[in-house]
Amino acid sequence: MENIISLKNIVVNFDNEQILKCINLDIKDKEFVTLLGPSGCGKTTTLRIIGGFLTPDSGDVMLEGKRINDLPPHKRDVNTVFQRYALFPHLNVYDNIAFGLRVKKLPEKEIQKRVGEMLEMVNLMGYEKRSVNRLSGGQQQRVAIARALVNRPKILLLDEPLGALDLKLRKDMQTELRKIQQALELTFVYVTHDQEEALTMSDTVVVMNNGTIQQIGSPTDIYNEPINAFVADFIGESNIVNGKMPEDCLVEFAGKQFKCVDKGFSPDETVDVVVRPEDVKIIPASEAKLTGIVESVVFKGVHYEMIVDSVDHKWMIHSTKYEPEGTMIGMTFDPYDIHIMKKLKED
Amino acid sequence: MKKLKVFAAPYLVWMIVFIAVPLLMVAYFAFTDDNGAFTVEHIANVGQYANIFIRSIWLALIATVICLIIAYPVAFMLSRMKKHHQGTMLMIVMLPMWMNFLLRTYAWMTLLGNNGLINYLFSLIGLGPFKLINTEGAVVLGMVYNYLPFMILPLYSVMVKIDKSVLEAASDLGCNSASTLFRVVIPLSVPGIMSGITMVFVPAISTFIISRMLGGGSNLLIGDLIEMQFLGNSYNPHLGAGISLVLMVIILLIMTIMNQFDPDDQVLI
Repeated sequence: MENIISLKNIVVNFDNEQILKCINLDIKDKEFVTLLGPSGCGKTTTLRIIGGFLTPDSGDVMLEGKRINDLPPHKRDVNTVFQRYALFPHLNVYDNIAFGLRVKKLPEKEIQKRVGEMLEMVNLMGYEKRSVNRLSGGQQQRVAIARALVNRPKILLLDEPLGALDLKLRKDMQTELRKIQQALELTFVYVTHDQEEALTMSDTVVVMNNGTIQQIGSPTDIYNEPINAFVADFIGESNIVNGKMPEDCLVEFAGKQFKCVDKGFSPDETVDVVVRPEDVKIIPASEAKLTGIVESVVFKGVHYEMIVDSVDHKWMIHSTKYEPEGTMIGMTFDPYDIHIMKKLKED
Repeated sequence: MKKLKVFAAPYLVWMIVFIAVPLLMVAYFAFTDDNGAFTVEHIANVGQYANIFIRSIWLALIATVICLIIAYPVAFMLSRMKKHHQGTMLMIVMLPMWMNFLLRTYAWMTLLGNNGLINYLFSLIGLGPFKLINTEGAVVLGMVYNYLPFMILPLYSVMVKIDKSVLEAASDLGCNSASTLFRVVIPLSVPGIMSGITMVFVPAISTFIISRMLGGGSNLLIGDLIEMQFLGNSYNPHLGAGISLVLMVIILLIMTIMNQFDPDDQVLI
């Protein structure tokens, strides 16, 4: 697959503050890419650069191998679904969707056909004449998607499009968006701060923080092999403790040594040790290197979530086994469940 | 809510005493003669002044259109500025209104006069003198100068509510600046255009100070005509009331026609 969009060494400054610090990103054709990160990490800025609403201070934006830095939005084969929809309040549902086609001066008959298809796809038949101000959030969302897709762009940009919807509707729309993307074989670039949304929908997840890309990978890679403590913490729940590596495949934390599978650190290098809550195994305290006292237990449906107070860290454990509060338990980990990460350089 | 209605009472009284009653009195005067008998004679006599009515409507119309053309881009730029700059700029727009209306108009008299500043500047480069004062142009200039803020403010208050992302969406969907203006900005600012037109046209059509001071005796407007019936030599309050009534009906008609173009059916009169 070829790259449809390439960002090369993109830098953006606002008021003497660096918003994007040298972003390099390749997006393949027909791929569902999600830019994921906390607010202020630069994910929306990256999207606006692809959309053409922002010109980078340095670096190149390439669309199908052509540099498009100076191409205004209306000349790009890219459409956007805006964060708060940005529907035209003076137009009804039909005219909102038809807007882009009318600007391109398509024959009215063709417009009618394509708007009809879109209305069917987003399940809004019969709403043509309805004012967009009298639609629910979910319906407005669908109009915004239809209004962008009716232009048959090569790339659809979505800026936290489901942020304003309630949980149930959000789940439904996630599935629906994924279906649309696969049915139309389009490239989607999706911005969100919701890690679960990112893992559910995407082919590729781009984790960003502080204007830099932390990790690019498939949802499974990102979850199972986070590259640093930030990614591990941001994607799902994690126990992160300080440790050091006395030798390859051996890590020391909480005053004890554990086997692991990571190598290539300098002797006694200080590292972040990351263990997912579901990877902590409960064993009798007498057999364990690491023990702690159960501080709280919350029933979560599939598992119990326990907070266990031990030496210098409160461990979060997800287990189907119930241990009452106040009991002393032992904890152990399989070597491949212990993830060792280089310390992030503080800037 | 019901309890709060009490606070509307003072305005209700105000409305009755100073709006409803005077209106009825105007109507009463218009339809009676000196002895208090019913007559349509005064209303019928208004027809004699048709040329003054036409001139007033025409000049007010020109002033309104000029105000709109000047104010629209100003209001749009204002609404797109950074918030703290908007406040300063709005103050500059309002600044002339803090000065006395008469003073402002007197200032124009001295500027436009035959020996005024503008003609003096022209004479320095060997031109003129031009007849600037006591022309219809001077009257329109006075109207535009005095009523421009009343056009800018309603336009601005509507445009400032147009979300930036809506303009970005238009651009995203293929609009260049011109088509964004015609397809999105203008349709969304129609309520502002309508109230701006009302705020300028109504005072402009009934002004008498501006025409008196900048138009000389030759450019009589409806306002001057009405004033003459009450304060001038041709004292005739019945005719004055009749003219006022006809003027009111004309304004009402024009505003009703205007409202037909307003998509949101906003009542502006």
